[in-house]
Amino acid sequence: MKLNLKIWRQKDAKSKGSMMNYTIDGIDGDMSFLEMMDVLNEDLINKDEEPVEFDHDCREGICGSCSLQINGEPHGPDRAVTTCQLHMRKFNDGDTIVIEPFRAKAFPVIKDLIVDRTSFDRIQQAGGFISVNTSGNTQDANAIPIAKEKADDAFYSAACIGCGACVAACKNASAMLFTSAKISQYALLPQGQVEATERVQNMVRQMDLEGFGNCTNTGACEVECPKGISLENIARMNREYLSATLKG
Amino acid sequence: MSRLIKSSIARKVVMALSGLFLVFFLGQHFVINITSVIAPDTFNSWSHFMGYNPLVQFVLQPILIAGVIVHFVMGIILEIRNNRARAISYAKYNGGANSSWISRNMFITGLVVLAFLGLHMYDFWVHEMAYKYIEGSLEDPTRYYAETVEKFEPIWRTVLYVIAFGLLALHLLHGFASSFQSMGLNNKYSPAIQTFTKIYAIAIPLGFAFIAIYHHLNPITH
Amino acid sequence: MGILDAKVPAGPLADKWTSHKNKINLVNPANKRNIDIIVVGTGLAGGSAAATLAELGYNVKTFCYQDSPRRAHSIAAQGGINAAKNYQGDGDSNYRLFYDTVKGGDYRSREGNVYRLAEVSGQIIDQCVAQGVPFAREYGGLLDNRSFGGVLVSRTFYAKGQTGQQLLLGAYSAMNRQINRGKIQPFNRHEMMDLVKVDGKARGIIARNLVTGEIERHSAHAVVLATGGYGNVFFLSTNAMGSNVMAAWRAHRRGAHFANPCYTQIHPTCIPVSGDHQSKLTLMSESLRNDGRIWVPNKKEDSLAIREGKLKPTQIKEEDRDYYLERRYPAFGNLVPRDVASRAAKERCDAGFGVNKTGEAVYLDFDAAIMRYGREKALTSGHKDPTDKELRALGEEVVEAKYGNLFQMYEKIVDENPYKTPMMIYPAVHYTMGGLWVDYNLQTTIEGCYAAGEANFSDHGANRLGASALMQGLADGYFVLPYTIGDYLSNDIRTGKIPTDSPEFNQAEKEVRDRMDKLMTGKGLHSVDFYHKKLGKIMWDKCGMSRNAKDLQEAIDEISALRKDFWENVKVPGTANSKNQELEKAGRVADFLELGELFAKDALARNESCGGHFREEYQTPDGEALRDDENFKFVSAWEYKGEPKDAVLHKEELKYENIELKTRSYK
Repeated sequence: MKLNLKIWRQKDAKSKGSMMNYTIDGIDGDMSFLEMMDVLNEDLINKDEEPVEFDHDCREGICGSCSLQINGEPHGPDRAVTTCQLHMRKFNDGDTIVIEPFRAKAFPVIKDLIVDRTSFDRIQQAGGFISVNTSGNTQDANAIPIAKEKADDAFYSAACIGCGACVAACKNASAMLFTSAKISQYALLPQGQVEATERVQNMVRQMDLEGFGNCTNTGACEVECPKGISLENIARMNREYLSATLKG
Repeated sequence: MSRLIKSSIARKVVMALSGLFLVFFLGQHFVINITSVIAPDTFNSWSHFMGYNPLVQFVLQPILIAGVIVHFVMGIILEIRNNRARAISYAKYNGGANSSWISRNMFITGLVVLAFLGLHMYDFWVHEMAYKYIEGSLEDPTRYYAETVEKFEPIWRTVLYVIAFGLLALHLLHGFASSFQSMGLNNKYSPAIQTFTKIYAIAIPLGFAFIAIYHHLNPITH
Repeated sequence: MGILDAKVPAGPLADKWTSHKNKINLVNPANKRNIDIIVVGTGLAGGSAAATLAELGYNVKTFCYQDSPRRAHSIAAQGGINAAKNYQGDGDSNYRLFYDTVKGGDYRSREGNVYRLAEVSGQIIDQCVAQGVPFAREYGGLLDNRSFGGVLVSRTFYAKGQTGQQLLLGAYSAMNRQINRGKIQPFNRHEMMDLVKVDGKARGIIARNLVTGEIERHSAHAVVLATGGYGNVFFLSTNAMGSNVMAAWRAHRRGAHFANPCYTQIHPTCIPVSGDHQSKLTLMSESLRNDGRIWVPNKKEDSLAIREGKLKPTQIKEEDRDYYLERRYPAFGNLVPRDVASRAAKERCDAGFGVNKTGEAVYLDFDAAIMRYGREKALTSGHKDPTDKELRALGEEVVEAKYGNLFQMYEKIVDENPYKTPMMIYPAVHYTMGGLWVDYNLQTTIEGCYAAGEANFSDHGANRLGASALMQGLADGYFVLPYTIGDYLSNDIRTGKIPTDSPEFNQAEKEVRDRMDKLMTGKGLHSVDFYHKKLGKIMWDKCGMSRNAKDLQEAIDEISALRKDFWENVKVPGTANSKNQELEKAGRVADFLELGELFAKDALARNESCGGHFREEYQTPDGEALRDDENFKFVSAWEYKGEPKDAVLHKEELKYENIELKTRSYK
């Protein structure tokens, strides 16, 4: 199939960027979206132009590197996939596809479609851990039974791949789904209880410092999340935060 | 307390609590107003009570005004901060694919409701204040019904009111349910709460609109 | 040729590690504050090592090419992690895990290391649970297990289909705690370009900031390489697009011997190649072989009809199907080790029974499992006289609960519903058992340069068992390296900070810059991917699942010629002092072009078949691998001497004192 592409090009963090038009032919429905981008880049290189830079790594939907706002939606029109697992069969011959970087003040553009998501890392550094040393003599893994349901819920929260689609989708560029998923994973497990109060306070403080917007419960994040992280996490974080604040 | 307001979650909670308070007030307001349709005398006596009871006038009324201001100011702060969180906007943004128009446009519906509130205050509250405190007119427990009905004589005002009630319904459709999520309530009861809030969000503004239209269609003949 | 000493401590197998730990030197806490360690790579091995070293008190700098440590490719591991916990009471023990691993590796791994791995495996699970890793649990609240290929017990712990991500997030959270304390300085989007040696010891690295293009110098008292495997030498593999051999190869060029490069694991259950545009291959977890049955039609005309789209797999009658693994290996059936399963698939496809358009695919069928689970569910839920349709619906529910995310992934990629029609799978390059040669302390042949995880060669011999990579990465990082490195660093407590303005750093930086300039000034005929794809094709065709002397010799010549072509004609657009993904790729492919040749040379030198290394000349009459213990019971460790063809072979003789060498049989 033949496609028209409108792609954001930006030389580096300091330069001003703009949308550029490209046409591309010979795209097969079995290609992934990023393989389509590979074809474009191969073309550009052969024409002595600079290829379009975009983040990607595992190309199997788990590392969370790939991003891209495709036709106004993070990871494109398909549900429960990352861009690397979006396939061209979701598009039609002659379509125009608009490709932009994830936009948020806390995700500044590095180059073309690559954004800096280290704000997510800093949120986790602020408290996304359980303080346990690798002594080799921690108690036996089965010493504390955890109800299957709780463990499963903790897993569903922990399934977040930190891609930033929630921020990209949110009209307020809020990072609450991400932050709450990280907080929830620990809040749901007995191991996470000891530091629960400090954790939620520190992580929310860092989230705010990074300049993300406020949640207004539009639910866009949940719909666009490639891993189906639920809004329940945000409610849980709010609860944890309120009870932490009331405790002091 | 200041720390509380500084965090994004606390701001949400303030928004939710003030909103819930206003939702509650709206229900109470409706109960009084509907009596103007079914029992004008009751309407007169309740209105008089509200207008002259010191507790209502000097404690509850300021709280209500404060609630409106907090909700409104916080709404503006949130909007400004949220706009700032995305400095460069998308060339193409397909919000309709993942969220409702209502949820994305609370600021707009809120502003319309606020503008309506201005008109409404001018129509009733300013008049009331002037009557009581500037003109120093005497108490008249029977005037309210006639005053109210008279207001809805012009078609333009009735139409404006009905439009505003429509946008209020949209605002409530998202806001009422959303306030529970903001305060951390999302559990097995949530679907029931959702249903209740949706019914409330439609029924109350619809009721107000009915009252306005009813009075327009049934003017007091002089 | 030299003989290498692995420094495995003396004494009974089960006591080696404990007595070694008791004897090695330690660094006191106050002195640890004066010692810097560089950790390159932040996957399971690097991330866990960095966290533990920082926790012990060392100053750690971590480097990764990804934008966050959490994205290292360990994240993609699906199935699980082994540990000899014996929670299932099915007779598991440290010895049995040790035995299974050595046998699975076709008796080409080091006894001492493997036993240590088994010994600490249980502690890994304890540690991860304490960190909040949400492993799958049973209804009683205790940890669940499943079984993997090549073993007869259930010892695999898992977190649905994303065990790797959960374990990596655990290690990353431990890192975060240390970053928060200022004990780890993370350098993300940085690539190690060279290793710097001062007085023969590893004392730092030259790194490139991938955002700005700046070349940076970083010094340390020791350098840990945990940079993963080199499967991407095949271009198409299940590795991440960025996975590369650069760090290990740079160390190799500085004097670290490279061991067993030809030992590659070809994973049997991957989604088949669909066309020339393919950029990478996707794995379907080995856990699927717990329930899926592998087959091809037993009539060639049926296979042909399927390839032409005239016949559907569901139309093939039971008696016309060849469940070839169950036929050839009745004892292990569909759960034979990976190398065996892969070769068997290739054998059937080469014989003309393959199924998709290309003829390079076999079926993985869940029909029997769906019906079996359906009957079980109907019984337990008191559903009497269910129809076939109801049974199927019930069974599909159970299968979805177990493998839902994998089935969904398959459907997204292939656009076929695997509940209704069997999955198509084909082997793909997945893991490399070879890597930097290390001794028992995980030190390479360069003093102060350590290698952990997939980057070293040590524990899996010629074939790795499923769910053992995660185990080895975390064992090295959490429980082995942080202790053994202290023995070396105890000599450095008075050294003080290593300066970065020494002639050695100057020289290393100059070499890095020269190399980049050379890449930027090629004639510009072909893109980097052009060369990478060509290299991949040579590797897959001639050094893939089965190899022979003629092909290997050809591969050596072709790769050598391709490398020359590459350096003359490669086209790298953009500049070196800015973000430039093509330049990043070019540097990586340049090293693959050297490694590939050494790979073929190693495969040619090993005149036997063992594990993942199958030489057509050395097989039993029924097509099984034929090992030659008399002549090849050793680790091949290659010393760099310029061109790969000049590399010098050093041997580490493998001693089996606790295990009897047998012909591996899964029949």
